[in-house]
Amino acid sequence: MKFIEIKNCSKVYKNGVTAIANLDLEIKKGEFVFIIGTTASGKSTLIKMLYREEKPTKGEVMVGGINVGKLRNGKVYKLRRKIGVVFQDFKLLPKLSVYENVAFGLETIGMKAKEIRPKVLSALERVGLKSKLRCFPRELSGGEQQRVCIARAIVNEPKLLICDEPTGNLDPDTSKEIMKVIDSINKDLGTTVVMATHDKDIVNRMKKRVVTIDSGIKVSDVEKGGYKVHESA
Amino acid sequence: MRVLRIFIRNFRDSLRSVFRNFSLSIASITCITITLILVSLSIVISANLYHFTKTLEEELTIIVYLNEDVDSAKEQQIEAAIKGMDSYEFLEFKSKEEWKKEMQETSSELSATLEYLDTNPLLDSITVKVLDIKDLASSAEYIRGLDGVKSAKYGEDTVDKIIFIFDVMEKATIVIVLALILVTAFLISNTIKLTIFSRRNEIEIMRLVGTRNIVIRQPFIIEGFILGVIGSIIPIIITVYGYIIFYDHFDGYLFSHMVELLNPTALIWKVSLIIMIIGGIVGMFGSSRAVRKYLKI
Repeated sequence: MKFIEIKNCSKVYKNGVTAIANLDLEIKKGEFVFIIGTTASGKSTLIKMLYREEKPTKGEVMVGGINVGKLRNGKVYKLRRKIGVVFQDFKLLPKLSVYENVAFGLETIGMKAKEIRPKVLSALERVGLKSKLRCFPRELSGGEQQRVCIARAIVNEPKLLICDEPTGNLDPDTSKEIMKVIDSINKDLGTTVVMATHDKDIVNRMKKRVVTIDSGIKVSDVEKGGYKVHESA
Repeated sequence: MRVLRIFIRNFRDSLRSVFRNFSLSIASITCITITLILVSLSIVISANLYHFTKTLEEELTIIVYLNEDVDSAKEQQIEAAIKGMDSYEFLEFKSKEEWKKEMQETSSELSATLEYLDTNPLLDSITVKVLDIKDLASSAEYIRGLDGVKSAKYGEDTVDKIIFIFDVMEKATIVIVLALILVTAFLISNTIKLTIFSRRNEIEIMRLVGTRNIVIRQPFIIEGFILGVIGSIIPIIITVYGYIIFYDHFDGYLFSHMVELLNPTALIWKVSLIIMIIGGIVGMFGSSRAVRKYLKI
């Protein structure tokens, strides 16, 4: 069952730069897909189009049955409630505790406090941070901060988890831990995961589907692939 | 319930933000306070000017003297012509005999003089009141043109000057108040702009987790409202106590009983309410300007 369907999609920025050119891509529900490519290859633009930070200039991007390109600004929230996003730079609020950071999104969509609490505790348990819910981001290591970020992304049980270089700021050992958490979310909860990364080790070790983008064009799409395979492709 | 929950949360966040960016908030509140003090002063002056003009209007009349040969039928014709004016409010006829009697009653010397004369030298008169003080001159002019009318007077020079001065003062007050309100809105807009920048991470996360645009914007609008309302507290205190002290000090009159001041109880609460509403609305207006301009969702 297709969850993401991208048909003949192009994205040209106002300055004339073509970030994505005639891209076709299908991702099934529950799949784990790496998007790899060099800097400025277009992978971040592709990721941004999935959560409607960018709109395609041509073609169609369907996410969970929603046509992202045709989605009006006022309705974007409907798409985003189905998606969790994890960034390289964590984007945690420094004045809020771990618990408050994870609960933040649910509060802003008007959920009741008694409904929020079990969801937040469950998300923190999944990422192994239940014991640190009162800590503030400055009191956590980089890996722990990224885990808080993952907990915030999955707390509303999204159908799709988008990760934009989630291990970019972390050492190899911590990166492994983070990948374990993300993999368990994919396997246990059936959440579709799309991850843009530069991390060769991770891609080679995980043996997941790998889509390579170069100058906005899909140059390869391999099941259970690795980084090396695509360097020679 | 969900809407109420979101509103309460946003209100709490807005209050927090006012205190979190305290120095910035204080700067805005100070500007709003100064502006609203001036607005309050302008409103109090305007209200008193309006009251004085109204009192003057009630007292100002045109005295029409009729020619000696005007008989009862002619006098009825003149009255009908006056009643036909658009500005007509009411008239009162007084015969020369009534004048004579009234004068004799007020002074014994006058009484003796008038008794000494064979004929009554006084004239029949009609006192005319017009609806609007501004119509005095044109109405008097019209009456002067009627057949059988000797003169129509209302104290032309003084009244014209007073009307002109009040008119200018009223217009100047409106212009000053509007200008100050615009300046205040701009200042609040600037504060909210800085708040938006200081909370850009929060805004980004809200957008990512699927918060509705209206909910993202709401706290900033509420913050503008709160700044406006807090800024109105000192002007309200100054208006309430300042006007009472001013009123008591002058015993309710200015310039030796010429100008009667408005009663404080009637005025201060209305002005306070207006000031608070202006503060809140201007705050919201300023913040919505900043939200439209700087909060890209």
